[in-house]
Amino acid sequence: MLLRHTDSNVIEREALTVNPAKTCQPIGAMYAALGINKCLPHSHGSQGCCAYHRSTLTRHYKEPIMSGTSSFTEGSSVFGGQSNLLQAVNNMFTIYDPDVIAVHTTCLSETIGDDIPQIVDLAREKGFIPKGKYVFHCNTPSYVGSHVTGFSNMVKAIVDYFAEPVEYKTGKINIIPGWVEPGDMREIKRICYQMGIDTIMFPDTSDVLDAPQTGTYDFYPKGGVTIDDIKKTGSSQKTLALGITSSTAPARALDVKCSVPCEILDLPIGLAATDRFVDSLRKAANVEVPGFIEDERGRVLDFITDTQQYLYGKRVALWGDPDQLVSLTEFLVDLEMKPVYIVTGTPGKKFLTRIEKALNGKVPEAKVKQGANADMFLMHQWIKDEPVDLLIGNTYGKYISRDDDIPLIRHGFPILDRVGHSYFPTVGYAGALRLLEKILDAILSKMDRDSEEESFELVM
Amino acid sequence: METILKGRRQQVVKKDGKDINIACEKQSLAGSVSQRACVFCGSRVVLYPIADALHLVHGPAGCAAYTWDIRGALSNGPQLHRMSFSTDLREKDVIFGGEKKLYAALNELIDRYQPKAAFVYSTCIIGVIGDDVDAICKRVSKEKKIPVLPVHSEGFKGTKKDGYKAACEAMWKLVGTGNTSGISKFSINIMGDFNIAGETWMIKEYYEKMGVEVVASITGDGRVDDLRRSHGAALNVVQCSGSIIHLARRMKEKYGIPFIHVSYFGIEDMSKALYEVADYFKDETVSNNTRELIQSEVNAILPKLNWYRQKLNGKKACVYTGGAFKAFSLIRSLRMLGVQTVVVGSQTGSPEDYQMLGEITDEGTIIVDDTNPMELAKFVQEKDADLLIGGVKERPIAYKLGLGFCDHNHERKIPLAGYEGMVNFAKEVYTSTCSPVWKLVPRRKHLYEQQVETNCSGSCHECESTCDIKTQCSGAA
Repeated sequence: MLLRHTDSNVIEREALTVNPAKTCQPIGAMYAALGINKCLPHSHGSQGCCAYHRSTLTRHYKEPIMSGTSSFTEGSSVFGGQSNLLQAVNNMFTIYDPDVIAVHTTCLSETIGDDIPQIVDLAREKGFIPKGKYVFHCNTPSYVGSHVTGFSNMVKAIVDYFAEPVEYKTGKINIIPGWVEPGDMREIKRICYQMGIDTIMFPDTSDVLDAPQTGTYDFYPKGGVTIDDIKKTGSSQKTLALGITSSTAPARALDVKCSVPCEILDLPIGLAATDRFVDSLRKAANVEVPGFIEDERGRVLDFITDTQQYLYGKRVALWGDPDQLVSLTEFLVDLEMKPVYIVTGTPGKKFLTRIEKALNGKVPEAKVKQGANADMFLMHQWIKDEPVDLLIGNTYGKYISRDDDIPLIRHGFPILDRVGHSYFPTVGYAGALRLLEKILDAILSKMDRDSEEESFELVM
Repeated sequence: METILKGRRQQVVKKDGKDINIACEKQSLAGSVSQRACVFCGSRVVLYPIADALHLVHGPAGCAAYTWDIRGALSNGPQLHRMSFSTDLREKDVIFGGEKKLYAALNELIDRYQPKAAFVYSTCIIGVIGDDVDAICKRVSKEKKIPVLPVHSEGFKGTKKDGYKAACEAMWKLVGTGNTSGISKFSINIMGDFNIAGETWMIKEYYEKMGVEVVASITGDGRVDDLRRSHGAALNVVQCSGSIIHLARRMKEKYGIPFIHVSYFGIEDMSKALYEVADYFKDETVSNNTRELIQSEVNAILPKLNWYRQKLNGKKACVYTGGAFKAFSLIRSLRMLGVQTVVVGSQTGSPEDYQMLGEITDEGTIIVDDTNPMELAKFVQEKDADLLIGGVKERPIAYKLGLGFCDHNHERKIPLAGYEGMVNFAKEVYTSTCSPVWKLVPRRKHLYEQQVETNCSGSCHECESTCDIKTQCSGAA
């Protein structure tokens, strides 16, 4: 009973988050920056921020995570962090030799009011930035938004700094994948490749955070979108942005800056959302959907027909990031399951409307909460009040899972206690199959474990 | 491209018979991918194991989220420390101040959880916006009638070490406020052990078997009431000196309680610790108990250790720890297992620590302060280490390089302290260093192939243990 203190009596809290369903902006910015080839993220703040983000990302991806820090001191908090950042830029190019440094701020440097572009200009004047190398930045005050906001801000900064507007458009399609796993990004690229579509995806953490073991330690693994490719996003004919919360800002920015029209879609998690993604790809590139992709879809459908009897009416609690939650909710509703509790700590407009749409009037009892006080404590109180059959969310659900004996499917960020999530996609039809298998396995395993001896069945 | 930053050259030395002259206790160079954390982190890890206290992080949600139950500091009673409480400051709080929010949060939490005391951690931003955390704590303390203790842990105000000190200052306010009647004259406080994987429990049991009463374990499996009466102990036994020495010094100044430094890792250091405590009390029964205890424990584990020693003999290790004190024990323990330490470093070592490291390591050992992944990788390859001992951020680097890894930090899941812990340590070092997977690693493949040529007697087929396969024979000879 780790959460023995939780009771079902929900009182409006004014000033308090208990067991948060979010974390702060900079970690999202760091993750996004790792999706650029030979990029060294840089945390402009105290050492601890950088250490915490690196540790958390390491625990999730099981990969070395590199990032510099401005190592703020008491002096920097009074006089500003300019000299720290100048020294940092100089040191990083000297020793770590990145192609690009992606600076993000922290609550400390934001509150002090450091002007990053001005400092970067100064670094350039002083000759700290070698020719052909770049430093760019985004603002990620920790007291605004959440880790998802930070991710979005960094991806937007990529566009703001690098995308080049040109008259002539190539036939390429830009893909902004949103905050998904490296394995998801790989899967999205595979779908595009198999449909014969030439794409530029940014950021792209595949082959960075799921790099193969070679016995050598590559400070910069081979993956990640190159700056050259990012520049060319301005000449693509269209952008497909996945995940409204994380990808709208960069997609719009690219449209405004380079007149590349964008279409903003839900993350392609589940059957319907993947259908929409594939269809948008088809239209954008003017190609036919190949037969084997249709077959993939058919297999998902087949799986659903084989399992609908077990899934019907099962109550599910979900928590995590808005884009994941919207698509998962839609998928669960399509499976005739009941996503009854949905919680995200990430604030932002449209989420509640999007969830309502995804629920499609099928789950009138659903409780949805967002932003302040939307935390795992509230989620647990709801569950205490009326239990669910299944939990889907990040590792932080394991306390509830144990205390209330409810199976947990790990999904989202962070997952600190399992290996594998970074390799296997949950997007696309392949991802839908995997999710289905996990859901079914969780529910039937519990049924097996809990059934009376006489009703314990070999064949199910 | 250089591998060691110019400003860092004084922080890396190679032992060559002369005195170790290393620069340390420096702020990390900006831009260096340091493995260090901040003041807040230091305070948080020291106070975290106090299980019946409320730990409220005053700041944006991140600092609370990243320190939510990340340390396996076990408690056999309350689990309140494993929850994550944050005032979750937003933009308007940064502008108008977070005092109101802090006051409301404390009230709500104390009413709900009825903790014995509350610690309020100031994060970076509090130091900038200037909330009067002390005043709020004082007020709530008065209203709720429990100690509400501010922890001045603004991240930028120094290094992790300063965070330790801030934590000690907060605890110091509790010491001396409890009743010390009934405490034995043979009594100690266990200081600087955090009960990772239940280690404090093991240590405590040893002391109890010796006939020594443990008044407070600070802070592993810690309790507020124990801290309050900890000044009634006759002796403070300090491990992990960096984290807790400040409190021990305070207790010495005010209450005249002496302290001794010990380490519980490895047979030598563990036994030395128990003997020193026994010697302090100069009591025949305690001394006899101690001798018997150590004899029986050592006898029980020696045969097991010998087995591992045979398997590990000749392997080379790189050790990178938070505090340097732990590195001493690790070097000795590894030596006992036949493993030579070829690279050693710490995040927060002092000049004396490094002097000591220089004394106990072999010639040619690389000694390094506040290193970074690139340096570590270079040294490990240069010295061709087989094992890296470090924390969470070093693990994947070791695996990428194709080496064994042992977490001797927060994420160890089995006790590595004490006698039983030494066997666990040997087992962990063995299973990781000798895992068959390293045979498949492209960079190191040739090593194993060479060994087949030189070591294989040709008679073994499907060797009896996996390690034999790796160190002597490819298995199919």
